[in-house]
Amino acid sequence: MTNENNSLAEKKTPSIYPAKIKMQITVIFFVILGIYLFSMYWTQKEMVGGFAGALGNMFTVIEKFFPPNLNVVPAIWGPMVETIQMAIIATTVASILTIPLAVLAARNVTTFKPLYYTTRTFLNILRTIPDLVLAVIFVGLFGIGLFPGILALIVFSLGILAKLISETIESVDMNPLEAMRASGGNVYQVIWYGLVPQVLPQFTSLVLYVFEINIRASVVLGYVGAGGIGLILNQQLGFYNYPNAMMIIVLIFIVVIVIEYISNKLREALI
Amino acid sequence: MIEFNNVGLVYPNGTEGLKNINATIKDGEFVVIVGLSGAGKSTFIRSINRLVTPTSGSLLVDSEDIINYHSGDLRKLRTKIGMIFQNYNLVKRSNVLKNVLAGRLGHTGTLRSIFSLFKKEDIGLAYESLKRVNIDEKIYNRADELSGGQQQRVSIARVLTQKPKYILADEPVASLDPPTSHQVMTYLKKINKEDNITTIVNLHFIDMAMEYADRIIGMRAGEIVFDGPVSEVSEKTFEEIYGRSIREDDLRGGADES
Amino acid sequence: METYSLPPKPKNSLYKKVKRVIITLLVIALYVWTFLSIDIDWGRAIERAISNFHRVIPKLFNPDWGATGEVALSMLETIFIAFAGSLMAAVLAIPLAFLAAHNMMGGKIFSTIGKWILSAVRAFPDLILAILFVVAVGPNAFAGVLAIAIGSTGMLGKMFSEIIESIDMEIVQAMEANGANKIQILFYAVMPQVIPEFLSFAIYRFEIDIRASSILGIVGAGGIGTMIIFASNNRNWNEMGTILLAIIIVVTVIDFASSRIRSKIV
Repeated sequence: MTNENNSLAEKKTPSIYPAKIKMQITVIFFVILGIYLFSMYWTQKEMVGGFAGALGNMFTVIEKFFPPNLNVVPAIWGPMVETIQMAIIATTVASILTIPLAVLAARNVTTFKPLYYTTRTFLNILRTIPDLVLAVIFVGLFGIGLFPGILALIVFSLGILAKLISETIESVDMNPLEAMRASGGNVYQVIWYGLVPQVLPQFTSLVLYVFEINIRASVVLGYVGAGGIGLILNQQLGFYNYPNAMMIIVLIFIVVIVIEYISNKLREALI
Repeated sequence: MIEFNNVGLVYPNGTEGLKNINATIKDGEFVVIVGLSGAGKSTFIRSINRLVTPTSGSLLVDSEDIINYHSGDLRKLRTKIGMIFQNYNLVKRSNVLKNVLAGRLGHTGTLRSIFSLFKKEDIGLAYESLKRVNIDEKIYNRADELSGGQQQRVSIARVLTQKPKYILADEPVASLDPPTSHQVMTYLKKINKEDNITTIVNLHFIDMAMEYADRIIGMRAGEIVFDGPVSEVSEKTFEEIYGRSIREDDLRGGADES
Repeated sequence: METYSLPPKPKNSLYKKVKRVIITLLVIALYVWTFLSIDIDWGRAIERAISNFHRVIPKLFNPDWGATGEVALSMLETIFIAFAGSLMAAVLAIPLAFLAAHNMMGGKIFSTIGKWILSAVRAFPDLILAILFVVAVGPNAFAGVLAIAIGSTGMLGKMFSEIIESIDMEIVQAMEANGANKIQILFYAVMPQVIPEFLSFAIYRFEIDIRASSILGIVGAGGIGTMIIFASNNRNWNEMGTILLAIIIVVTVIDFASSRIRSKIV
């Protein structure tokens, strides 16, 4: 749209935007475009047929995957349930473990700076490690099974949950806490009567949110041997049994949607 | 009885909150501290229940020096001193009864309070206190559903439930409109007389100080510049305390409306 | 001891009480069911952990510096996948967002359809999308780009539509009164209001995509994930240490840079 203005305008009429900003935006635009084009070149260099070939392949895939094989539902139902249970256990354990961490990572409660910064840094590093990488490490440590999967989910969600809850704690009204200290309440009473009622609704809401994240994460953990439905999905794809694989994907899709719907309704009721 | 002997307080950043304070407050007195903001009124009041700690001198409450009190002693001290704040300091999401019962925390064991196992007498006392400030019908409302004046009455009920020997009130009416301000001050005065609770109130409104106080202490720059009964106070006294002439906004007004 | 009259009991409706009891029972049932039916072989897990501990943990903290070059190259590929994917998503999300925003296209039906499409897309975990694209375009990094692009479109589309819904419509009315046409209104009234926040969310999504694209290699969709699978299969925990370090550094640096840029934009 600015091009249009330029072609119409005489040199003396002022431009809508200052020349310097225009220059900056143009440079940034071309840098981003350049990186994008290079990324596209790089990621496609090992691909046979290039972009056009990829689009053509899409239809063969759809042909391969459809229709999903409904007969496998009874066989995959068990692992699906197991996957949900993994997420439930992991979310529960994480929400308990997160309490001390969140308190230590809240600037207004943990006034001892070194402790606060240590906890913050620990949580920040924890959050950079992807869930599947944790699962790979725990599988290496504990062997194949549900346990490493649950552990991976716990550690992964702990990082997210503790950070979000510590931010909630930092936003509470500190005045009632002062009033309770002034009337002779001890540390535990002040936290229980002043802090907890202010944090609890947000806490529950965040736990539900992390539960949704854990459900999504748990369906793929089986890929690295950490239990749940991902293992079967991996096997079926390995056998090129695409209709079965598609049924698993559809089931995952339904479960994720249903759980998110329930969780959303619960959260709306809370706040 | 509260005795300040050469009390001084220097904050960690170097500002002097209190300078060589000497004062004695007798049991049952209703004292109003006046002064501009930053004059040290708040520091004075908060020294008494040790929300701040004086750095020199001695401060006796019931003839015990409280300056070196630690956790256990401090809890006992605070249990007998109630405090009312400018912003009411209620837990907004909790209901009125729970907020009022928080006044009993100092008298209640940690485990008991965590499971909300307050004694029957405590709950009865809380209800009685709410009745005394005429807000008992709001007992199960959430605190954030109440108006400012109602919230301040709840916080008075919280202090009553504590059964204190002293009440400290830090600018209790600064966030309220004139009629509500008079209502709150009237309750404080009534409680002072009926229960013989020593009451110390910070105010910056001259007319309210004159109307409710038995005795006025004037502060400027961390020092006491006036201390005497209301009968000795004139407009000139206030001009000395404030270090300037009296203005419209030093008065709350509205005494007749309440 | 003085006695006082007790306050009246709170008047909770029967409906509320019943609801509370039912919810409590449901939660208890859920937990009993979960913990009774979950099947964990504790003995074996602990036994394995004891015998594996010294083979895994000390090596993780002793990275294989010889692999640095290879790891760096894979990590660069991961960044490229995330970058190309987020940018594609940001572009794709704009028309979908306008479709889903109830104050634009002018139809409630359009907005409902748009919202449905976006939440359906969001329900697919990134890795599942990657599996589909690996089958479609073969096991290479471009499958990863496509997976990230589609996965991010769902979230960005939702965010963008919420931003559009929150704009000041009076400016649009003012332009309509001027006689501006739809396209002119779009560029002069709507875009200036939404662009900064669009950018901010797109950059934020790039942060998430860096994390997401680092594991795509596990299903064959390129990037550092490919090395994770190799290192895990070969029990090469020293190399895993190097990979982990690379991920932590890159994610931290990008998070930091992104939050700096975002705070400048908005």
